[in-house]
Amino acid sequence: MTETTAVPLHRQLGMTDDELEAVIGELGREPTHLELAMYSVMWSEHCSYKSSKPHLRRFPTTAPWVMVGPGEGAGVIDVGDGLAVAVRIESHNHPSAVEPYQGAATGVGGIIRDIFSMGARPIALMDPLRFGALDDARTRYLFEGVVSGISGYGNSVGVPTVGGEAVFDDCYRDNPLVNVFCLGLLAHDDLVLAIATGDGNLAVLLGSATGRDGIGGASVLASAGFEDGAEHKRPSVQVGDPFEEKRLIEACLELYERKLVVGVQDLGAAGISCAASETAAKGGMGMDLDVARVARREPGMNPVELLTSESQERMLAIVTPEQLDAVLDVAERWEIRATVVGRVNDSGRFRVFDGYFDAIGVPGANPTPPPGDVPIIASSDAEPVADVPAGSLGDGPVYQRPLARPADFDEIQLDDPARELRVRFPDGTDLGAELLALLSTPTIADKSWIFRQYDHQLFLNTVVGPGSDASVLRLKGSGKALALSTDGKARFCKLDPREGAKLIVMEAARNVACAGATSKALVNCLNFGNPEHPEVMWQFSEVVDGMSEACVALGFPVIGGNVSFYNESRGDNIHPTPTVGVVGLIDSLVDVPPSIALRDGDAIVVLGTTTAELGGSEWAAVVHGLVGGRPPRADLEAASKLHDLVRALVRDRAVNTVHDCSDGGLAVTLCEMAFAGSVGFSVEMPFGAELSAAEACFSESANRVVLGVVQSQVEVIAARAASAGVPVAVLGVAHGDRLIINGAFDVSLSEAKTIWTQAIPKLFA
Amino acid sequence: MSARIGVIQFPGTNCELDAVHACEVLGASAELLWHRESSPISVDAVIVPGGFAHGDYLRTGAIARFSPVMNALQEFAEAGGPVVGICNGFQILCEAAMLPGALQKNAGMKFRCEMSTLVVASQRSVLTADIELGAELRIPINHFEGNYTCDAATLEQLRGDDRIVLRYLENPNGSLDDIAGICNDTGNVVGLMPHPERACESVLGSIDGAALLGSLLRHALITATR
Repeated sequence: MTETTAVPLHRQLGMTDDELEAVIGELGREPTHLELAMYSVMWSEHCSYKSSKPHLRRFPTTAPWVMVGPGEGAGVIDVGDGLAVAVRIESHNHPSAVEPYQGAATGVGGIIRDIFSMGARPIALMDPLRFGALDDARTRYLFEGVVSGISGYGNSVGVPTVGGEAVFDDCYRDNPLVNVFCLGLLAHDDLVLAIATGDGNLAVLLGSATGRDGIGGASVLASAGFEDGAEHKRPSVQVGDPFEEKRLIEACLELYERKLVVGVQDLGAAGISCAASETAAKGGMGMDLDVARVARREPGMNPVELLTSESQERMLAIVTPEQLDAVLDVAERWEIRATVVGRVNDSGRFRVFDGYFDAIGVPGANPTPPPGDVPIIASSDAEPVADVPAGSLGDGPVYQRPLARPADFDEIQLDDPARELRVRFPDGTDLGAELLALLSTPTIADKSWIFRQYDHQLFLNTVVGPGSDASVLRLKGSGKALALSTDGKARFCKLDPREGAKLIVMEAARNVACAGATSKALVNCLNFGNPEHPEVMWQFSEVVDGMSEACVALGFPVIGGNVSFYNESRGDNIHPTPTVGVVGLIDSLVDVPPSIALRDGDAIVVLGTTTAELGGSEWAAVVHGLVGGRPPRADLEAASKLHDLVRALVRDRAVNTVHDCSDGGLAVTLCEMAFAGSVGFSVEMPFGAELSAAEACFSESANRVVLGVVQSQVEVIAARAASAGVPVAVLGVAHGDRLIINGAFDVSLSEAKTIWTQAIPKLFA
Repeated sequence: MSARIGVIQFPGTNCELDAVHACEVLGASAELLWHRESSPISVDAVIVPGGFAHGDYLRTGAIARFSPVMNALQEFAEAGGPVVGICNGFQILCEAAMLPGALQKNAGMKFRCEMSTLVVASQRSVLTADIELGAELRIPINHFEGNYTCDAATLEQLRGDDRIVLRYLENPNGSLDDIAGICNDTGNVVGLMPHPERACESVLGSIDGAALLGSLLRHALITATR
């Protein structure tokens, strides 16, 4: 104990000595305890992006349809007909590692607030998840808890979870990744920004009372790695209340609809101090805030706790005095707490008082009685407990962290798994057991056990739900639809972060094209290890460049993102794990798009080229533990041609079936199509010196899409592919009850399907 | 003339706009009824929609049944007005004793959102009156507490009075006697766990819900003109 008291306060709060000096420079004096607490949270990695900012500037962020780019609560794009969609993705990794149910639940709650703070009704969630191998009991506990948390919060708050992914890899054993994507729909006119304007306007805190949960969550939890015994960090995890959030959503949407607010900001990381100072700074204004007015859950809370608490389900609205009564009426109707806690002024400073409010002279009814344990001091000459330039909290240090290519980078790349696998599986080997092993790996296995726990249909928009390439949501009344895909392939990024990032963008856009949609925007969640390790920062920088290049080539911008560093445990960093969410637009949706289900008798046609590319593949890495090599080639020009062709084929209803080829290669892709259609297949593939049978089956070459086509249309499809410059081959036919690739495997459809569907449920039976 | 449907909205309800949309797709007009409203209900039929009224805190429907609108709903039902409780609405009607029994947590202790196949087991209710007995309907379920239970005497009575209106073809939640929906002894109050409003347009994967809601809308008009 004596040791911790000897550590200076700023270091206890996670600040460096240089950062303290910067604060002193900003204020011209030593900071008070409260000021130091606010700076420590606001300047934390999680809130300030101090390590990532110099790199994030390289993303392409503009397009004619972008209404709001990165930097706001969510990115917003125009989808025509006066409609817009707001999109954001975020991580809740560390809270979920400490307390999986509440960590995941509050991740859902937080991102929903980001979306409705823009004026949008949240209509869809997706969850890219990463865990360790499921044979570990603790991993199963984390996984089940996270899925239950998403289900418990998302279903109750009334936002459908329409898709996502779950990937299992040992590097996430102690540091699972829980990313959450949310999309909202709004009319152009309803766009609300988090800006405080108007001298004399009031800051009204809406929603939950403030408790001691989540204090320092951004700095203590999110901006440091894990060591053994992370249980002591549990008090930094917030607790969610979906019913409170549901009422908050409805109340806020009513406030927007009736134009009763000037600006709104959700309270997330860093709580009130972030929301209040940011809204003021963005409006070029200042704000006086009386912490004594903040409703609290327990007595004895001090200003530091109240200002930095990350209690959930709270929003800060900026309201004109004339409209305060109407705002309070809306709050009363939805049974949410509304408290005037501050006033906007033109001082440019963020000042916090502890019992000054009555002297500010706020008009209108006082909505809540004064909290019992703090006396209200009606004194106009009260001394502030914090007084800082409003913009300085959000204007933290920026670090040019050193970058270094990992020393073993070339060695790993040269370690191509193909060498050993060619020896072990010469042509002529029966690959049936290999296929079944692949189908039972949790990353490839059926995910129904997960998404069956999520309401994925609410709002009657879900035309294609989870389990397909992209989820498709119709936009009622417009004839249009959205296609959404979240993707990430960390093993490719581990082998080559730049190429891996391209492959991820390509896959997400390919999924969107398979739904017949044009990709319009991307949001990314960049999950990395410790940024103080130069290798991690190099991976980060490479990913940013690869992702940027792919977005430019494929014609859509990055409109928002989130960076999660310090995903490490016991000194080991996770694989670089960027996940992306891509939003595509279908101009005219007349019917359900072609599904992934094969139809009996149809020809099976593959678009794209299969080459010997096993580096980072599921078969090499997960089934055989061979993790070296290079990722598949990321040909962006070929991707663009393929997406255009697939989009046109789907739009014209020229194919019955369409499925992106990715994890597990062609063999797994064909199996998924067979399982969905309850019909087998018989396929011939050209093997030879260039491409072994196993490579033909399991290689994860990019830019491939498998089609099911009525026999009479095969030549038409082939001709269209040829004229589009896309390689095409007829592989075989869908029929019978066996899964056959001649010369590779011949297994029972029902046996394979059982293995695939039972792989995850049997672990929880 | 088209039916006017009232859809009750509690705080935490989330399927109210879906119910309104489905009614409109089927040619009816629909309006929301706020839970604090205590004046007599003047529409042709009422849907108590799905969601998490009052967060399902304490127990599903346990708080919602005390909302002022519930007294008005009781009076509306006693006068013969058609009332359909869907999912959380079914749970609320049970809590309010407008229907017998209760909905427990699913066997398996997991939330389940998936397509289910229902078999029409009785034509005694306003929801099933127009559908052939034994017809199979594909309607999604979406619940954690859908495991219907009641005492033996009540089950005997439900069976004897032909008040089990829908059964699951494959029981997804452990529900007693595969019960998916029941009605009161006059057939005008119905509760079911599956969501017919989610199955009224082919683009959503099934139009079998339109058969159920269509029956309700027709009977709403009959009741209204009586």
